[in-house]
Amino acid sequence: MSHLSRFTSYKHDSAILPTTTQRVWFGILILTGALLPLYLVSLIDGRSWLILFATAFVAAIGAIGLNIITGFAGQVSLGQAFFIGVGAYTATALGSPAVLGPDGAVELIGFDLGMVIWLPAAGLVAALAGVIIAPIAFRLEGLYLALVTLGLVFVGAHVFRNWTALTGGVGKGREAAELSVLGYRFDLDSQILGFSITREQQIYWVMLVILIVMAVLAKNLVRSKDGRAFAAIRDRGVAAELMGVNQTKYKTLAFAISSFYAGITGALLFTVTGFIEPTSFNLLLSIAYIAMVVIGGLASIAGSIMGALFIILLPKLIDLLFLGDVIDAVIGWIPGLGSQTGDAPLTSAQIERILFGVLIVVFLIVEPLGLNGIWIRIRNYWKAFPFSY
Amino acid sequence: MRTTLLSEALPDAGWNGSGPLVEVDDIHLSFEGVKAIDGVSFEVSNHELFAIIGPNGAGKTSIFNCLSGVYRPQEGSIRFLGNSIISTKPWKIAAMGMARTFQNIELFPNMTVLDNLMLGRHSSLDYGFVSAMVRAGRAERSETQNRQIVEAIIQFLELEPVRKSYVAMLPYGIQKRVELGRALAMSPKLLLLDEPAAGMNTEETEDMARFIMDIKRELGIGMILVEHDMRVVMDLADTVLAMDFGKPITIGRPRDVQENEDVINAYLGRPHAVVETQPGGTA
Repeated sequence: MSHLSRFTSYKHDSAILPTTTQRVWFGILILTGALLPLYLVSLIDGRSWLILFATAFVAAIGAIGLNIITGFAGQVSLGQAFFIGVGAYTATALGSPAVLGPDGAVELIGFDLGMVIWLPAAGLVAALAGVIIAPIAFRLEGLYLALVTLGLVFVGAHVFRNWTALTGGVGKGREAAELSVLGYRFDLDSQILGFSITREQQIYWVMLVILIVMAVLAKNLVRSKDGRAFAAIRDRGVAAELMGVNQTKYKTLAFAISSFYAGITGALLFTVTGFIEPTSFNLLLSIAYIAMVVIGGLASIAGSIMGALFIILLPKLIDLLFLGDVIDAVIGWIPGLGSQTGDAPLTSAQIERILFGVLIVVFLIVEPLGLNGIWIRIRNYWKAFPFSY
Repeated sequence: MRTTLLSEALPDAGWNGSGPLVEVDDIHLSFEGVKAIDGVSFEVSNHELFAIIGPNGAGKTSIFNCLSGVYRPQEGSIRFLGNSIISTKPWKIAAMGMARTFQNIELFPNMTVLDNLMLGRHSSLDYGFVSAMVRAGRAERSETQNRQIVEAIIQFLELEPVRKSYVAMLPYGIQKRVELGRALAMSPKLLLLDEPAAGMNTEETEDMARFIMDIKRELGIGMILVEHDMRVVMDLADTVLAMDFGKPITIGRPRDVQENEDVINAYLGRPHAVVETQPGGTA
C-alpha cells in the first residue's frame, strides 16, 4: 500500500516518514527500544547488555558525525578519535570537581558544572577544533586528507598522554563527568513511583533519548539545502561551486557539525564506565568509527546507527555465535601462526580486531551500501511481493 | 501538459536593467605558452541568443570558464549586469544570476533529479543550518516554495517520470535535459549552454532546440550558446561569433557568418584571416 499512496503536498512528500506504514513501523521500533531495558534487566548478564546498548547509542552519535563529513560531504576523515578525545576532556574538565594535590596545587583541572553545560560545551569545543582543521580540506582531498586527519590522531594522543593536569596521565586517568541533570543522578539506582530502576537502565534511556534527538537533527540537516550542498561537493566540487555553493563555507560547516557530534560522543562515552584513560583516543578508535560507517552504509543516518550497534555489539555476537572458537580453529591450522599463540585462545579484543578488518573488506566488496543497503533490498522485496519487481 | 509559463514559475529570472547583459572586452587567457583566448571582445544584450562557434580547441569553452569564474583571464575585462566580475568567486557569479550547462555532463550523479534541481535553487533558499536541523517553519516554507518552482521546471522539461531517480541511472539524453533544468532552476539572468545537443540523435536535438526556443520566448533571458550542430545554431541564434585558435574570425548575423569565406576555411583547416590583436596588447 505504502508505495501507492499519493501525496497532496510537497511538505508531505519530503517528510522523513511520508507514509502511515512507515510511521507505524518506526513507532514500533522506538517503543521496542524504549521497553527493551525492562526485559534485559531480568537476564543474568542484563547489566552488561544494557551497558553495551547504551555504549552503542553513544557511538551511533559519533558515527552519524563521521557519516556527515565522510559519507555526505565526501571528505575522508580518520580524525574522529581526536575529536572524541576533545569532547571527552572538555566534558570531564567542566563536569567534574578539581583535584588538589597534597601541597594544595591543582592536580586535575575541574569546574564541577552541570550536564546542561558540559554536554553542549563538549560539542562546541570539538566543533571549534573542526573549524580550525577544516582549512586543510580546502587544499587536500581523498587519500591526502585522510593522512592529515590521521596525523591529528597522533598529535592528539601525544597531547592527551602528556597534559596530565587535564587527563591525569597514562595509567592514572581521571573520572568522567557526572551524568546528572538538576541534581538528579542517572548513574545511580533509583526508585520512581515505586518501581526500582537500575543505574544501567537509566543510562540506557538517557543515551537512547539523546541519540534520537541527534539523529533527527542530522536527518533534517541532510535533507535540507545544506545536506544537498554537502552531497554536491562530494559528487562534483567545481560544478557545485558553479551552481552557487560556497565550497569553503560548506566544508567548514561539515567539519564543524561532524566534530560537534564526535564531541557529544566523547562527553557521554565515558560516563557509562565512569573513567577515562588518555590512551583510549588512538587509531583503533578512529578505525572502529570508519568500520561503523562503512558497514552501516555511507551517506545514511539510519545506516550509521545500524553500524554502531553492529560494531559495539560485536563482542556479544562473537560469544553468541562461538565465532571465537571458529577463528581460533582457523588460525590453529595456519602453520607458524598457530604455534605463536600456543594453546592460549585469542582474547576477544584480538578477535574483534581481526573481524573489523575482515568485515570492512567483505562489506566494501559484497555490499558497498552497507547494512542500510541490505535493509533497503529486503524492504523493496516485500514491497513488491509476490512479484520480483 | 504544462500548466504554468516559465515566466510565472520563475519570476526572479531575467534582468530589468538597461545596457548590455555581458560585456567582454579584449580578454587574453594563456596557460604557460598556450594562448587559449587571444583578444576576444563581444557584448550580449538582454533577450539575445548569442552563439559562439569554431573548430575544436578554438577557445569556446575557455570563454565560458572565464565568464563563470573558473579561469581568470590575464588581461581584459568582463562585466556582468554592469559589474566587473574578473576576480569574483564562481559561487558569487552564480548567485548573481549566471547559470550554465556543461559540454560533458556535470550533474551530481548520486543525487536524485529532484535534488539536482533543488541544488540549482541553492542561492534562493534563505535559511541557515540551525533552522535546517530543527526544520523550523522558515526552512519548511522555503523548501516548499522552491519545490513548487522546481516542479514547474520538471513539468516544462517533461521530467516527471524520473523525478526521484538517481541521475547516474538515467540515459544520456535525459541527463542533458536535467542539466538544463538545473541551470534554469538558478533563475538565471544569463544562461550559458555548452553544446546542449552534443551526442544526441535528431529527435533529441529537436527537443532540445524546442526547449531553448521556449526559454527564449517565455523568459526572455540572454543566452550564450556553444554548439557544433550548425542547423541548431542557424535556427536559434540572433548573433554568431566565429573563432579559431583563440582569436575571433568574424561576428554577425547567422547567415553572414555561415557564408564567410574565412569561417569556412577555418572549419576545413585551410589558412584564413583572423581579427588581429589591437596594437598595445602583449600578443
